[in-house]
Amino acid sequence: MLPLFYIFGAVAILAALSVVLQQTPVYSALSLIVVLCSLAVVYLLLGAEFLAVIQVIVYAGAIMVLFVLVIMLLNARRETPADRSRMARWLGFPLLIAFFGQILFATWRHFSGLHATPQMAAGPKSIGELLFRNYALPFELTSVLILVAILGAVILAKKQV
Amino acid sequence: MGTSSEPLILTAIILAKVAVVLLVFLTSVAYAVWLERKVVAHIQSRWGPYLVGPHGLLQPVADGLKFLFKEDIEPREVDRLIYYLAPFVAFTMAFASIAVIPFGESITILGHKINFEITSLNVGLLFILAVTSLGVYGIALAGWSSNSKFPLFGGLRSSAQMISYELSLGLALVGVVLISGSLNLREIVDQQQGLWNIVRQPLGFLLYISAAIAETNRTPFDLPEAESELVGGFHTEYSSYKFAMFFIAEYANIFTVSCLATLMFFGGWHGPVFGPHLLRAFLPVLWFGLKVFCFVFAYIWIRGTLPRFRYDQLMSFGWKFLLPLALANVLITSFVVAWRAS
Repeated sequence: MLPLFYIFGAVAILAALSVVLQQTPVYSALSLIVVLCSLAVVYLLLGAEFLAVIQVIVYAGAIMVLFVLVIMLLNARRETPADRSRMARWLGFPLLIAFFGQILFATWRHFSGLHATPQMAAGPKSIGELLFRNYALPFELTSVLILVAILGAVILAKKQV
Repeated sequence: MGTSSEPLILTAIILAKVAVVLLVFLTSVAYAVWLERKVVAHIQSRWGPYLVGPHGLLQPVADGLKFLFKEDIEPREVDRLIYYLAPFVAFTMAFASIAVIPFGESITILGHKINFEITSLNVGLLFILAVTSLGVYGIALAGWSSNSKFPLFGGLRSSAQMISYELSLGLALVGVVLISGSLNLREIVDQQQGLWNIVRQPLGFLLYISAAIAETNRTPFDLPEAESELVGGFHTEYSSYKFAMFFIAEYANIFTVSCLATLMFFGGWHGPVFGPHLLRAFLPVLWFGLKVFCFVFAYIWIRGTLPRFRYDQLMSFGWKFLLPLALANVLITSFVVAWRAS
């Protein structure tokens, strides 16, 4: 199990880099799909079958299809790199290192003693119980938020009468 | 238990299962093409393929060989990586879903219990939906990378169509999942032992079958490859074995949705079982195959009879008719299930 985790972890990281570094939008989108699918494999290795499949259906199968569709509609070919600003050149790397250092520190401090336990209860039943008992309010608020976003999209897309 | 050869035997069993299932599946797909040409021909008062073998039975072999030996034409200025990747994506996704489809009970050979499926997932149903939802990339990317107008239109249409109908397809199956309380295909089938789900979920079945035809890009929803307006649709620029892969993928998808319809609504492999031990083991597989065959036949029948939708009709049918009905079906079913439970 552990070698598989490292393989797919590495694939996810490489593909994530490729998302940023590619200059053709379609390649970026495809790399993002690879990231999402390898994360799904990691979930699967942790015993979270349901989460893994939902990850593929929702992100790779629905959201990314929309991304690819829009890229195709705009027929976006290769991007021309813009001149990087001077501030980004001098501040970018230090800020990046600081950010990653913070994440590493937080992860190490909070999770160093924990081990990912396979076969944890992550089936649809336990997730549903968690969502509708412990996190009912955030869950409902999120759905209201999505509803508002849908209405916004409809209003933006509607032709002026 | 505990002998050192045990894991070896288990691996051999799995490999054998994969080989057998793949072989049967590929052969059925090839002969589905023959069946389609024959049935549509008879609907139109023609003979169909008749020259290669008795009643043209060797036509699939001849076609397969022809595809392999045809010149592989690559159009100018295609996006090479994606252009070559797309048929493989479509093909792989079409075949991945058979891994979780159970087509019979189990059989015991030399002390080893062998289930009639390659692998059993607790979320088998969702796995199939996930894999089919990835299949759209093959078509969309083929259309985009060909660097040509008609394939691009075909690819765009198919992406839009598949996104729209996937929702109804998933929601139509939610009713069955609510009733059986499981996402495991084997459990869903076992739970239909007394009564098939078609009786409990007639609306769900009609919604599923309409959405499934659209999802597999078949007439009357075959807008992505409408010959009269888009030449060949997304695969216009493909030739040789790459075209064959798209072709096989399309028919494999027909089998997948037919298998799923059988499992979810028509009791899977359940049917009268009698006779000696071996017959008892294989009769369910026969029933399953027979039911799937009926669906494949119905698919061809529909293709031979119905004209194609207009594109805007297709979209409004999906969003304004199928989707609300599917939502209502989910709502009513969950009320009934909750009322029964309390």
